[in-house]
Amino acid sequence: MDGRNFKEKVVEMKNITKMFGDFKANDNINLTVHKGEVHALLGENGAGKTTLMNVLYGLYQPTSGEIYIKGKKVNVENPNVAIENGIGMVHQHFMLVEPFTVAENIILGMETTKGIGVLDRDKAIEDVEKLSEQYGLYVDPNAKIQDITVGMQQRVEILKALYRGADILILDEPTAVLTPQEIEDLIKIIKNLTNEGKTVIIITHKLKEIKQVADYCTIIRRGKYIDTVKVSETTEEELASKMVGREVSFKVDKEERETGDTVLKIDNLVVRDNRNIKAVDGLSLEVKSGEILGIAGVDGNGQSELIEAITGLREVESGKVYFNSKDITNKTPREIIDSGISTIPEDRQKRGLVLEFTIAENTVLENYDREPFSRKGILNENKIKEYAKDLIKKFDVRPNNEKIKAKALSGGNQQKVIIAREVSNDPDLLIAAQPTRGLDVGAIEFVHKSLVEQRDKNKAVLLVSLELDEVLNVSDRIAVIYEGKIVDIIDAEEADEKTLGLLMAGRGGKRNEN
Amino acid sequence: MKTKLKLKEKLFSGNLGFTLFSIVIGFVVGAIVLLIAGFNPLEAYSVMISGVFSRPKYISWTIIYATPIIITGLSVAFAFRTGLFNIGAEGQYIIGSLVATAIGYFLKLPPVIHFIFVFITAALAAGLWGAIAGYLKAKFGVHEVIATIMLNWIALYLNNYFVMLEGFKRPQSETSYEIQNTASITILENWKYSDVGREWLSNYPILKDILAAPVNLGFLIAILLAILVWYILNKTTLGYELRAVGFNRHAAEYGGINVEKSMVISMFIAGALAGIAGALQVTGVTKSVAILAAMEGYGFDGIAVSLIGSNTAFGSIFSGLLFGMLKYGGPKIQPFLRAPSEVVNIVIGTIVFFVAIPKFIRMLGSLMNKKRGEKNVG
Ligand SMILES: Nc1ncnc2c1ncn2[C@@H]1O[C@H](COP(=O)(O)OP(=O)(O)O)[C@@H](O)[C@H]1O
Ligand SMILES: [Mg+2]
Repeated sequence: MDGRNFKEKVVEMKNITKMFGDFKANDNINLTVHKGEVHALLGENGAGKTTLMNVLYGLYQPTSGEIYIKGKKVNVENPNVAIENGIGMVHQHFMLVEPFTVAENIILGMETTKGIGVLDRDKAIEDVEKLSEQYGLYVDPNAKIQDITVGMQQRVEILKALYRGADILILDEPTAVLTPQEIEDLIKIIKNLTNEGKTVIIITHKLKEIKQVADYCTIIRRGKYIDTVKVSETTEEELASKMVGREVSFKVDKEERETGDTVLKIDNLVVRDNRNIKAVDGLSLEVKSGEILGIAGVDGNGQSELIEAITGLREVESGKVYFNSKDITNKTPREIIDSGISTIPEDRQKRGLVLEFTIAENTVLENYDREPFSRKGILNENKIKEYAKDLIKKFDVRPNNEKIKAKALSGGNQQKVIIAREVSNDPDLLIAAQPTRGLDVGAIEFVHKSLVEQRDKNKAVLLVSLELDEVLNVSDRIAVIYEGKIVDIIDAEEADEKTLGLLMAGRGGKRNEN
Repeated sequence: MKTKLKLKEKLFSGNLGFTLFSIVIGFVVGAIVLLIAGFNPLEAYSVMISGVFSRPKYISWTIIYATPIIITGLSVAFAFRTGLFNIGAEGQYIIGSLVATAIGYFLKLPPVIHFIFVFITAALAAGLWGAIAGYLKAKFGVHEVIATIMLNWIALYLNNYFVMLEGFKRPQSETSYEIQNTASITILENWKYSDVGREWLSNYPILKDILAAPVNLGFLIAILLAILVWYILNKTTLGYELRAVGFNRHAAEYGGINVEKSMVISMFIAGALAGIAGALQVTGVTKSVAILAAMEGYGFDGIAVSLIGSNTAFGSIFSGLLFGMLKYGGPKIQPFLRAPSEVVNIVIGTIVFFVAIPKFIRMLGSLMNKKRGEKNVG
């Protein structure tokens, strides 16, 4: 492999167990990483990846187990010990001081001073620029953190670690917050780092990225060590099944179906966004029963506003929305829900769940005020509990305890609660907005199955997704949205990534032809 | 290392443990202040404790002191549980006591009915007063903290204006006329001062001592209100809606709950509670309202009571009683120690402050986490 040989062990974690109360977040995990390699840590949400890395970085003390760094046994009491031993970590959620500049953030706590305590700003900026050039980590040292993109913030975090002398870099789900272009840049940066002899541990649950960038991959499942594999000798399918613990199919199984009547009809819709700009601009669309209509498009082309308008959360300026031939334009969310539309919202933690509520309370968010869940304004807790238990069982929500708060669930299980609730309303139209964002493969498979099930029950499904693969795999017809309009509608059979990509970029399509 | 962690976890995990820990801290810091001022804290605290518990009369007084702040505490707690910070309990209390006095004085109704009428009108008026802030927030996005602070001052000046009105102001005084006896909830008020009553009570010294204070039905009503608040919040669809809006208004809106209406209702209920506190104080203890040179602090005490009671209904009862003890028993150390009253006030203030501050920090912490969580969603 490009001249690097992975002989020298730089990190060895042996039999690491970490308990939170009675809960084993890490159960006897082993991890060996060699100098110069990119080592991926793969596992579903909640598998214990972040916990393991926090142990390595000294943020948590292991309940038992040993850590060797560069062959030497180290008691990583706190992050300072980790930093002294050349370990740097970029957390899932960045830890930057927003009003400070890039350079200030990088040197924070390591300030070089001129004489007595005067900050040598020029020297700092010079150092930062040198580092950033060396690894292709482009940043603007004088910009304030609050003014730069997430991608650049991440580069600042990486520089911060390098500035502190890190030669082992931990990246916790670095791609989760990046655009596809930024992901490519990051992959280049990681390659630069290893070429210079640095070691990178990258946490992710995206298999594609592991294939692209990692040399070795350690898989953990529910806190337990499963395997370490050489990435070049494995397949995405194998990785997926090791991660989930069963076979996972990437292809969505579905049979041919006849479509029925038009369920949702949108006619020349105009909706403004928060900045009062027309985000949906004369959009027309029909969804029929028995089909999944996918809307493909680059983020920010009016998808969110379209859905908010259909569901009554945002005002329609002009145009009409018809549902089962009835005009539902600008009705209240409650009226729209009651008429038979259910939505899996795009932001599950903001819209989909009350995180401080229990699972049981969340399952009745739309019908708590109806029998049997309440009578005359008094909640019937037993009925709610029974209902929640039933849904938890049917949709395999884990842990299966209706009394725990939604915030304690992993992303995939949170999504299951939402889907359980929405599908159980038995809607004629199910709207799914980015239903698999941030989920791991096992959960994605479940979500896709649920959508297809609705379609097979002769319901209409409107799927909005930024993931082209998803739209292509799940939909029967694909509508491409660009600048608030549908530029073309294609049968999924005939669609491919390239034509869709062009349409999404505003090139080609019916409207531009003449 | 391990055991240390255990102890810490224990202290901080349970709400109750944490509360007790805060209270101990409060008293320890109060003791330090006393030491610095040159007084013996053990002596001071024992005077305070015997000043609260050593006679039945003292216990009566402590409960009387605690009653209004338990209820303003409920008001703040209710609003807080629905995502609103009700700094306005002070003004709502003023409105409640003003309306209670006016209805109690001007109307002539049979006993019991008169009180019920006073109770309801005061609750309604203060409820509407609170609802103004809720409406301003729902319709115009005015933060409830700002709106309620302004409403507090408006309430104070309204009170002073009405008390000055001829026909309501008692001549040669700074107060209004007293309410009719029919509106009073003081227990055995006339009887205990009558000849028969006196004679009878002289055979029962304990009872006599208890009744030496204006013992009234307020405390019982406070407990009933706590039960009601708990019930509304946890067992009704209204409580479900209000809590959903408080925790996450976006999700509530998505679920079809009318967020704006919820805010108004929540502030109405919070206002009504604080107004009831005022009405009970008038009908049970003061019988009239006076011109206010400054805020009396019942509403502000309610914030601390709610905080220490972890914003729960029953927590408010206990923290209200604790406050009642400090407010009634605290000043008793002054004549004993010959300490200037400032020192006593500083000690009481310090205890309150340090009881509340760990809670406050924790609350801020959870608020910050919530914010951060929201930002990183997805
Ligand atoms: N500080 C903590 N206290 C209690 N439980 C925790 C804590 N941190 C993580 N957990 C739990 O440990 C498990 C593993 O979490 P984490 O390491 O964050 O998973 P991953 O990064 O693989 O998604 C999860 O079930 C999580 O809820
Ligand atoms: Mg993680």
